[in-house]
Amino acid sequence: MSETSAQPAHVHAPPEGFWRKHVFSLDHKVIGKQYYALALVAVFTGMFLSWLMRIHLVWPAAKIPGLELMSKAGAPGGIMTPEYYLSLLTMHGTLMVFFVLTNAPFAAFGNYFLPIQVGAEDMAFPRFNMMSFWLTFLAWAVLMLAFVIPDGPPIAGWTEYTPLSAIGKDAGPGMQWGASLWGISIAIFCAASLLGALNFIATTLDLRTKGMTLMRMPLCTWAWFITSCIALLAFAVLLPACILLILDRHAGTSFFIPGGLVASDRLQPHSGGSPLLWQHLFWFFGHPEVYIAILPSMGIVSHILINSMRKPLLSAKVVIYSMMSIGFLSYMVWGHHMFLSGMNPMSALAFSFPTLTITIPATILTLMWLGSLYGANIQINSASLFALGFISMFVSGGVSGFFLAQPSIDIYLHATYFVVGHFHMVMGVASLFGVFTGTYFWFPKMTGRYMNEGLGKLHFWITFIGTYCIFMPFHYLGLVGNIRRYQSFVDDFMAPYIPLHKFITIAALITGAAQFIFLYNLIHSRFWGKPAPENPWNATSLEWTIPSPPPWNNFGDKHPVVYHDPYQYGVKGSGGDFVMQDSPEPAKGSGD
Amino acid sequence: MGKLLGVVLVVIALVSAYPILKNQYPLPEDISTHGHLIDEQLHDTMVEAGISFIGAQLVLAFFVWSFTGRKPGSPLKDLPGGARMLVIVAFVIVGLEVLALGAFGQKAWASVYFTPAKADSLQIQAQAEQFAFYFRYAGPDGKFGQIHPEKIDEGNQNYFGLDPENDVAARDDIVSGELVVPVNREIHLMLHGKDVGHSFFVRELRIQQDFVPGLDLSVHFTTTKIGKYEIVCTQLCGLGHYNMKAYLNVMSQADYDNWFKQQSAQ
Amino acid sequence: MRPHFLEVKKSMASTTAPAVVPQSGAERASRSGIWVGIFAITMSFMAFSSALFVRQGSLDWGHLVLPPILYLNTLVLLASSGTFELSRRHLEFHTAGRVGSTGAGVAWLLATLALGIAFCAGQYAAWQNLRAQGIYLATNPNSSFFYVLTSIHVLHVTAGILAFVYLLGRLTIGSGLARRSFFDNTAIYWHFMGVLWLYLLMLCRIKL
Repeated sequence: MSETSAQPAHVHAPPEGFWRKHVFSLDHKVIGKQYYALALVAVFTGMFLSWLMRIHLVWPAAKIPGLELMSKAGAPGGIMTPEYYLSLLTMHGTLMVFFVLTNAPFAAFGNYFLPIQVGAEDMAFPRFNMMSFWLTFLAWAVLMLAFVIPDGPPIAGWTEYTPLSAIGKDAGPGMQWGASLWGISIAIFCAASLLGALNFIATTLDLRTKGMTLMRMPLCTWAWFITSCIALLAFAVLLPACILLILDRHAGTSFFIPGGLVASDRLQPHSGGSPLLWQHLFWFFGHPEVYIAILPSMGIVSHILINSMRKPLLSAKVVIYSMMSIGFLSYMVWGHHMFLSGMNPMSALAFSFPTLTITIPATILTLMWLGSLYGANIQINSASLFALGFISMFVSGGVSGFFLAQPSIDIYLHATYFVVGHFHMVMGVASLFGVFTGTYFWFPKMTGRYMNEGLGKLHFWITFIGTYCIFMPFHYLGLVGNIRRYQSFVDDFMAPYIPLHKFITIAALITGAAQFIFLYNLIHSRFWGKPAPENPWNATSLEWTIPSPPPWNNFGDKHPVVYHDPYQYGVKGSGGDFVMQDSPEPAKGSGD
Repeated sequence: MGKLLGVVLVVIALVSAYPILKNQYPLPEDISTHGHLIDEQLHDTMVEAGISFIGAQLVLAFFVWSFTGRKPGSPLKDLPGGARMLVIVAFVIVGLEVLALGAFGQKAWASVYFTPAKADSLQIQAQAEQFAFYFRYAGPDGKFGQIHPEKIDEGNQNYFGLDPENDVAARDDIVSGELVVPVNREIHLMLHGKDVGHSFFVRELRIQQDFVPGLDLSVHFTTTKIGKYEIVCTQLCGLGHYNMKAYLNVMSQADYDNWFKQQSAQ
Repeated sequence: MRPHFLEVKKSMASTTAPAVVPQSGAERASRSGIWVGIFAITMSFMAFSSALFVRQGSLDWGHLVLPPILYLNTLVLLASSGTFELSRRHLEFHTAGRVGSTGAGVAWLLATLALGIAFCAGQYAAWQNLRAQGIYLATNPNSSFFYVLTSIHVLHVTAGILAFVYLLGRLTIGSGLARRSFFDNTAIYWHFMGVLWLYLLMLCRIKL
């Protein structure tokens, strides 16, 4: 695709009136902030749920004042029942994977910065963009409804395996309407994400400004673009799966339910369906989904690391191709969630091979980050601390993947805390660190004010050390055979490990509390933070050439022209050791 | 603060590695004939993973220490070898190592899944239901009776839905809440799911397999040590999932024969 | 005021497409968008298809005799693609990527709309035909897939019909101009609905 000519007409009119400006906005920046706000609500909800779960595991008789208001049946007198644990577990996973990890690094920051970084006035389809946010909001509202219905949220986990999730109320509490709300919510979320992906792809391909070849796009833009390609295919498969599940639950079909099942002493009126079919459809989406969760953070961290080290990465092209390979390979590995599922054991080896192969581009990326640090001039601030922390976390989380990728080891480690440790480190921590680093870095652009550095550093230290304290022990527990998704550890086998579980719970409470420092910092700095100049980090990409916060049409009536890649650091520029992307000053190399 | 991060990274790497190096979280003892293949594979992987983990954290720590807080005007350098060297390192070292793990690792997988059960293995059927395991033996006639889901009656302990009145083979079937097996004998365990998905896991046996309703699945294994070992459910199956367990009771052949005779007499 | 499309505009309009029109970014984006959307829809139907292939392996897989009206509906849908292309010949090209239409062009578009609605009505008739035989969504796995595949296709066709209504509105009301890219993209989407239907018909015929 060649560079575009600047578009003559505005994509949409300047917003007027409260509702158009702040609620039903067509402006990608407002939509990005709306996604961020939704993710913020979801992450604190999810974190609160995890607190309840951790407390219940080690202090099952603990009375939590007010909990009975959340659910009379689930927590009578403020003491959580074991049954409610499974409901919270399901909602925690669903909220975190969909409404936090897909929303924050991808939809929120991508919406805000992708158009600006390619030099466009807005996304290609602003109306679809607005629709996509409000559909996501609707999906969230439908999901949260599960908390208030009498039967409560579903208990089948965020993976909702059939037949447990398909046979209806005979499966257990929350499985009558809670599971249906889940299915409807996720189906709406799929539609919303498809619209979002559409926008990202069309904008990247067709709205780049003059001089902005694909190879001159910032690495985070590349990450958002690759992620949206993955998301397009993944959500297009989950949506049919949810539709078929809803039909099994309410229309008497048998896509996923075989015959002869007796649950709650009732012979289930279905036959011929395949539980494995659900697993295949779900994981065909589910595995790319975890790369949807991590790729944007990889891009954001790369982008910010370069700025913090005052030096480009050793090769942006290698990083781009590695991210592309990860995206491509992500579609070939879904069966590694199903090694023991009863599918043909030969296919386990077929899935194991590409799973192990993904280690190669992941290692290339890690080596590129590490190798580029050599000889750099790293500036330490909240943003760069989280970027560096990301590298550490990504290594820790990724390395446990070596074990799980091998079916023979998975025979032992499947469904233990080892798996839970692996995905929390890589998704729950590393990916979130990408969000934190992005927030500290881009806050001045979005608001015109700095976040408080002292509080930011405090937030980093507690979170960095705290998440290691929480999730590293999960791996040890997995090795001894601690099974996951258990609401209580009733047997003597687990008795020696309860003290470690207590340590984890306390670490989780402290680390969680530190997130309120972040929240306070966000809100306080928004209104009373130190005013920031247009380019506080001496950065080079296009977002730093416009005012903070940017005007509704980003570049005013001008259309930017770029002359080289966006990472001209360590060169003699008129402003210092950098040259901005839209500056025709001589730069190192032709920057393709 | 960069120096502090460097120090903290080293501490984290060493503190994380310590419990593994000191084997403070050992695997439960292996009581199976194939388990040692898994344990060896796990050990080899741990060595490679450990080297990668510690190596990466230490390199990160060292670079963070060395390249933060530098004097203004310090020259920027590029890593000798540049991107090309790193790509080659990744492909060659990681590629070989990781793929070797995969290639050698399949021995353990093959021993469990690619070899069929021996003809003279002891056939036992396992049924998983919300929230218990039951086991069925063919009885002295060596034949399993038919399962009729509509005849299942938990109250009368007819967990499998057998029809002894009309089905001769079912009359002597032995149903037990415990998986009783003779040591050193290959067991062919046939897995039947009654209601939703469950999974069979005995840590010491190094065997884990999902029950999939509608599918006839089976595993086979040979135990090597007498004792009682916990069978746990590892596939989320509902409220009682955490409490769904049974016991694998490995007996000497003589004790097993006695047990079998007693059960048949009932 | 006489509606635009009944007047013959000589000054500003041209009935032949300009040789090379540099497209604006927005126009190219909308073209990418429609293909990306088609790709996603294809992927969804691939998911439904693979569900069908898996489900087909079960013992209770029977055989569904397709209601004969489906074949008439197919002709109707394909004809509607034809009438759409016929309306394209009557487009008048204006500046800034906009098009207007002569009376004949609008008539062909109305015919397309009518045929599209007829297709949906025909699909409904097919469902009625099955219901009259006592074959409903959950009757057997074959009927489940039939109803699911045809309803989801009809839903997408309905979206195309809504696009037609909008297009017709733009071409007849007010300035009587619509964006050329909107016309083209609607055409691409509509033709895709036909191609998709041919695939689904073949799938149902061979597999159900």
